[in-house]
Amino acid sequence: MGAISIIRISGDEAIEIVNKIFKGKDLTKVDTHTINYGYIYNPYDKKIVDEVLVMIMKKPRSFTMEDIVEINCHGGISTTNKILELVLTSGARLSEPGEFTKRAFLNGRIDLIKAEAIMDLINAKTEMSRKLAFNQIEGKLSTLIRNLKKEILGIMANVEVNIDYPEYEDIEKITYENLKIKIEEIKKNMKKMLEETENSRIIKEGIKAVIIGKPNVGKSSILNKLTDEEKAIVTDIPGTTRDVVEGTVNLDGIIINIKDTAGIRETKDIIEKIGVERSKKLINEVDLVIMVLNNNEELTEEDMELLDKIKNITHIIVINKVDLENKLDKEKISNSNIVMCNTINIDGLDFLKQKIKELFNLNKIDKQDFNYLSNARQISLLKEAIVVISDIEEAIATKIPIDIIETDLRKIWLILSDILGEIYQEDLINEIFSQFCLGK
Amino acid sequence: MSYEIIVVGGGHAGCEAALASARKKHKTLLITSNINNISNMPCNPSLGGPAKGIVVREIDALGGEMGRNADKAILQMKMLNMAKGPAVRALRAQIDKVVYPKIMLETLKKEKKLHILEGMVEDLIIDENVVKGIILEDGTKIKSNIVILTTGTYMKANILIGSTKKRSGPNEERASLNLSDNLRKIGFEIQRLKTGTPPRIEKSSIDFSKMREEKGDSILYTFSHDMKPIYKIKEQKPCYLIHTTKNTHELIKNNLEKSSMYGGYVEGIGPRYCPSIEDKITRFSDKESHQLFLEPESIYYDDIYLQGFSTSMPIEMQEEMIHTLPGLEKAKIKKYAYAIEYDAINPIQIKSNLETKLINNLYTAGQINGTSGYEEAAAQGLMAGINASLSIEGREPLVLKRSEAYIGVLIDDLVTKGTKEPYRLLTSRAEFRLLLRNDNADLRLREYGYNIGLINKHKYNRLIRKKKEIDNYINYFRTDKINPTKENNEFLRENNSAEIKDGISIYNLLKRPEITINHIKKIRKITLSKEILEQIEINIKYEGYISKVYKEVGQLIKYEKLIIPSNINYDNVHNLASEAKQKLKEINPTSLGQAMRISGVNPSDIAILMIYFKKEEAK
Repeated sequence: MGAISIIRISGDEAIEIVNKIFKGKDLTKVDTHTINYGYIYNPYDKKIVDEVLVMIMKKPRSFTMEDIVEINCHGGISTTNKILELVLTSGARLSEPGEFTKRAFLNGRIDLIKAEAIMDLINAKTEMSRKLAFNQIEGKLSTLIRNLKKEILGIMANVEVNIDYPEYEDIEKITYENLKIKIEEIKKNMKKMLEETENSRIIKEGIKAVIIGKPNVGKSSILNKLTDEEKAIVTDIPGTTRDVVEGTVNLDGIIINIKDTAGIRETKDIIEKIGVERSKKLINEVDLVIMVLNNNEELTEEDMELLDKIKNITHIIVINKVDLENKLDKEKISNSNIVMCNTINIDGLDFLKQKIKELFNLNKIDKQDFNYLSNARQISLLKEAIVVISDIEEAIATKIPIDIIETDLRKIWLILSDILGEIYQEDLINEIFSQFCLGK
Repeated sequence: MSYEIIVVGGGHAGCEAALASARKKHKTLLITSNINNISNMPCNPSLGGPAKGIVVREIDALGGEMGRNADKAILQMKMLNMAKGPAVRALRAQIDKVVYPKIMLETLKKEKKLHILEGMVEDLIIDENVVKGIILEDGTKIKSNIVILTTGTYMKANILIGSTKKRSGPNEERASLNLSDNLRKIGFEIQRLKTGTPPRIEKSSIDFSKMREEKGDSILYTFSHDMKPIYKIKEQKPCYLIHTTKNTHELIKNNLEKSSMYGGYVEGIGPRYCPSIEDKITRFSDKESHQLFLEPESIYYDDIYLQGFSTSMPIEMQEEMIHTLPGLEKAKIKKYAYAIEYDAINPIQIKSNLETKLINNLYTAGQINGTSGYEEAAAQGLMAGINASLSIEGREPLVLKRSEAYIGVLIDDLVTKGTKEPYRLLTSRAEFRLLLRNDNADLRLREYGYNIGLINKHKYNRLIRKKKEIDNYINYFRTDKINPTKENNEFLRENNSAEIKDGISIYNLLKRPEITINHIKKIRKITLSKEILEQIEINIKYEGYISKVYKEVGQLIKYEKLIIPSNINYDNVHNLASEAKQKLKEINPTSLGQAMRISGVNPSDIAILMIYFKKEEAK
């Protein structure tokens, strides 16, 4: 609960409505972009509710391009609710989820990417994800895609000119060779955008990680140390962690969500069995698997099976309990991502953190410019565009006439327009805006 | 004296409109200022080309005259873009400028329901926003249910050569002096457009040895679906290609201000795609030379048309300019180049049936709607004639979709986007051009022609048979397999195609890029016409692409079906951007699909409109 709460009203009658419950200057007569001191009072019993600052932003110079009034009142649920209630009884209505941004979009203030970015900004958990969202609002991503669109439009125009003016020999002819080069360049750019998008996803959503290993190898202890929280119950009895327990680590601004799992082991205990199944399933849903092994135990068949299961997923192998006698045959683990540690020892954990940073290029991400697609809709559209590019490459290889291949170029152009929200799609807009939390 | 339909103007639009109306048994009057000037070709001696050639085929499919008439006047014929895909192939014919109008006039005269009158129309008879007839310059009134205006470049026409300006239509024809002023009085927004034509050179003064000869194709073609070729391959007349020289460019650059255009004598807006030679040299100053084509105008006289050299320079300059060109050093100009400016209406003032929004029963077609080109004019004339007739018959108008015909693209562009320069059809204007091919105009449109009554039962039955045969064979080829026999694999190897291990259907075999229908003919006995084989090949080979386009069309049609009530008050729709609001009011689109195509109307405006309609529905 903040010290100050803000109640925002947008629309034609916003100023009039607030004026009904405001004691101070006549708000209908004040200049735009002014802060006005006064009181909110109940017009029915004339009682003062709170001492407030009221900000007036007249259309079109406001976020929604409508008249906006912001009441800055004392934070506190009862005061805020009381004022909200007064505003509502004076003629306003509660906004729908994302309605402020929706209005900003509908009034032409922002494009779709910006609208989506604002949603990201609201949900941003770290400074970096805030920065990423902010860059999109500034339109850097839009510019990138617009350039790509322009590139494609250029090729399309050239193909069309060749069709419309077949006898003009001095116009450059699009051949399979030069089309191939241009297409490859576009594909490269798109793939780069997609790769970097993956980084930005990490920035925004964090790295999803899971800790796996046999019971009682120290998984919960490692999670607890990493997160400095007693998230999981730690005992010496194997199988104590029955369900998945989650913790969050902030690694230089990147959020890592680590899930602790029940030890993977053939078991007859039904509850534990469910936990084991979940662990196996989780392996396929995460960005990082941390497998913990006990230095004091020999590798079992189960361990080998697990090592095989995770070999195609980004993973780190933690050999825990290095303070105890070595019984584990390290030769059998042909892996470079090994961290030796002792849960009681902080250094080992630092190694682990370092390894994570290395694997995800976290040091590099910080220095990059964030221009990437940041939501599922945009990403799937870009992937769709890359599939079409592959179609084009195949068509070039099989010598489909270029004027027919152009159908697919047009398709890509349309997909890119779609990413920018330049094509109208009824469901899309409803879908996007229903994801917004209340207000801006 | 009264008629059902009066057509004002005897150009390419007027002829098609009058013929369609008369053939639909409506008493029709065509008024022209000079009967000897009917369906004249005042500019280039050719018809067709990319997009335009397909329009001629479409006109023919619907029952129009241009294709058939052209087929009787061919000097040279070419199928353009043969090296490219089938979707962009187009016929272009050099046409005899004497023969074409002569045959058209004969055709008009044969129509029993059609009368031709020489005269100049000055004004319209209008009664409460309904047109009732026309008034001639001598005051004669002629009544009719419908008037179709096809005034071409004649309204307040000015011919410009250098600094001289003369009120005249093309070829010294009289200009129409008062009609456009009277249209303005009614409330029409009139715009001034400009176009131009190059000089004609005396054939005997040309040294053709310095030029590259451009021959016609060695395959016979016709525009019409019903005509047999009458020209002979070997008797085709050649065209010639030359390039402008450094001297040409120098000369023009140094004397630019002498042209009407650069001297500031022209008010009208000219087309970007058909620039004068001085425009080309100024705008593309880094280009060292430009292509020029020499085209014959007729076998009955000596003029050679110098395509690409349209200019508004004074006559002395024109002489000098010509002499800098290879082979034209001693050439004599028979007719000087000129620019012409004329009045047209802003086409957003007409509906997609070509009736004006302001005045009921008044239709406009051709250059009055801001287009350029014989083909564009004829297409509109035909549609205006058809829709005027349908209106008299109490039937729904025929509005072709963008996915059905270039004619649909043309009219939709005009009424939705308007035009500020003379509008020319280009393939790039057709987003569904893969469907709008030269080879399938009849399959797309002939049924409409039949339903309207311009295509007879015999031709229609032929179409049905063709459609059936195409479908049957495509289906048959899906199941008809060739087996991996020694013979078959040898055949494939010989044709650089991968050998087969299992049976493969003819359908899938034909999908291979290196296999054509001619290969199939070698392994299967097929006795089908060339046209039908072509359809089978295209439909199988490009099936993937064609179905993709159909999917896009389907999405578009969804929005076309969302009808905007004609009495909508856009002021009641909150949050519309002001530019969008203004455009929507001006154009008054009939569907959300059309609204989406208006420039200045953004997706967010469409979203707002949808929300508004949903709310209204709920009420």
